[in-house]
Amino acid sequence: MLYAVLCYNSEEAVFSWTQEQDAKVMADLAQVQQRWSAKLGPTARLMPTTAATTLRKGDTPLVIDGPFAETKEQLLGFYLINGDDLEDVLTFCKELGAVNPGGAYEIRPLHYFANGVLPADATAPRVSESA
Amino acid sequence: MTDLAWIDAALTSARPQAVGALLRYFRDLDTAEEAYQEACLRALKNWPEKGPPRDAASWLIMVGRNAALDGVRRKSKLTELPPEDMISDTDDVETPMAERLDGAHYRDDILRLMFICCHPDLPATQQIALALRIVSGLTVKQIARAFLVGEAAMEQRITRAKGRIAKGETSFETPGPAERAERLAAVMSMVYLVFNEGYSAGPNEAEPRARLSEEAIRLGRLLQRLYQTEPEVMGLTALMLLKHARAAARFDADGAIVLLDDQDRSSWNRDMIGEGLALIDKAMRHRRAGPYQIQAAIDALHARAATPEDTDWAGIDALYAALEILQPSPVVTLNRAVAVSKARGPAEALAMIEPLANALGGYFYFFGARGAFLLQLGRHAEARVAFDRAITLANTAAEAAHIRGQIDRLSADAAGRASAADRNPAGRKPAAPRLSGS
Repeated sequence: MLYAVLCYNSEEAVFSWTQEQDAKVMADLAQVQQRWSAKLGPTARLMPTTAATTLRKGDTPLVIDGPFAETKEQLLGFYLINGDDLEDVLTFCKELGAVNPGGAYEIRPLHYFANGVLPADATAPRVSESA
Repeated sequence: MTDLAWIDAALTSARPQAVGALLRYFRDLDTAEEAYQEACLRALKNWPEKGPPRDAASWLIMVGRNAALDGVRRKSKLTELPPEDMISDTDDVETPMAERLDGAHYRDDILRLMFICCHPDLPATQQIALALRIVSGLTVKQIARAFLVGEAAMEQRITRAKGRIAKGETSFETPGPAERAERLAAVMSMVYLVFNEGYSAGPNEAEPRARLSEEAIRLGRLLQRLYQTEPEVMGLTALMLLKHARAAARFDADGAIVLLDDQDRSSWNRDMIGEGLALIDKAMRHRRAGPYQIQAAIDALHARAATPEDTDWAGIDALYAALEILQPSPVVTLNRAVAVSKARGPAEALAMIEPLANALGGYFYFFGARGAFLLQLGRHAEARVAFDRAITLANTAAEAAHIRGQIDRLSADAAGRASAADRNPAGRKPAAPRLSGS
């Protein structure tokens, strides 16, 4: 079963981390991801919501600066994981949470999934070497 | 990351909102800061046991407010109580408080807190120190280290600055649109001052001061969350990110400054560049250009160039032309001339800076650039005069050494054609030239 794991945390707190703290959390998370690599699909870390733009649908679609919802915690990243069951995915989330405190993980089973093919030059500031 | 480190980050990020709200309640900065301190102490005791609250800022405001009111009550024989409407509801309930915070208030709270640091009577360095202390919550020791002064001296400077603003009038009314725009403009330039204080640091002081640049970026993001549709706020944050992205490449192993053209572009921070480019992309959609956006767009063109030769100099020339209209200044024109020399050749660049001779007659970079253009044109004797003048105006040994390198090259090259001359990087504030290689 495919699940999306949506990572929520206070971005003000996360973006207050020093570079060393950030690097440590990312390195610790990479270890968890490594352990689960057989089940893990795409993984993404999002830029802060200050970089977000929202398109509100309608007869005249409205482009709004900022995220869709103003919340205490923001969507900062996501994983796709091929979990055995909910318990399996919860175990994964607990391991992630142990090295990255604060916030919450929302686990959402997938209804439909298309494994699109990104062009080779698709890019983000940081791309995993193993990708 | 440990829980304690997480709590630390949560306290840091909640600070502007919490102190800003407490300032609105108590209308006194010292009381607000003490209340916040007290709340932080309780958080450090309380959160590890009971887990952090969902909304750290609301928790701190509520606990800080109650703690300060207790203090006020204890001292009530000596001190007049705040008016009733300021005390109002002191129930130990988080929800109503959180709801109240969702209102428009908190935006004005944070802006007010930042704005009081921009008092026009305060010199720039004091504004910066005050903002770092009050808004960012850096310790006096950290700030003193960044400014390379003793702790006692910095303590005194901050106390004096606080005294100045305490005497001034701070409006606690909800600001109107015009006043809000004015405050925002003042706060943006203060944030950029904080950034430049870090950015202009030399190699030996780069480490403690880099902290200031990072803090300014954090404040920029904070402003952007408050004013999501302001393209100039996006521009300011983008500008700071794009410049700070080059931090690791700006000095060589010996601490000499490395010019933009000579920097190792693989050591530029791609995360910051990516975010900066995304922000400038968003800002441009508004079609309301401003100085921060234009400067960010110039740095974006540098960031997009994989090698110095790929730089879109014609685009940079056009952006400086736009900046000249919005913010006319001889230094902007001088920087534009550097782009012109790349895009259209040294003759046009030289013609462009001739009229600046009076305004920039005491400016090192003017003569450095003039010498470089003349050198490119093969007018060696005149180049030499300009370089000699530059040396007498050099502010640092590194600047003088760089020009001496140019002169050496001039002598060596006397018979042959001039090699591609070194130049000022196209930053607004020209960076010091590098020490010339052997």
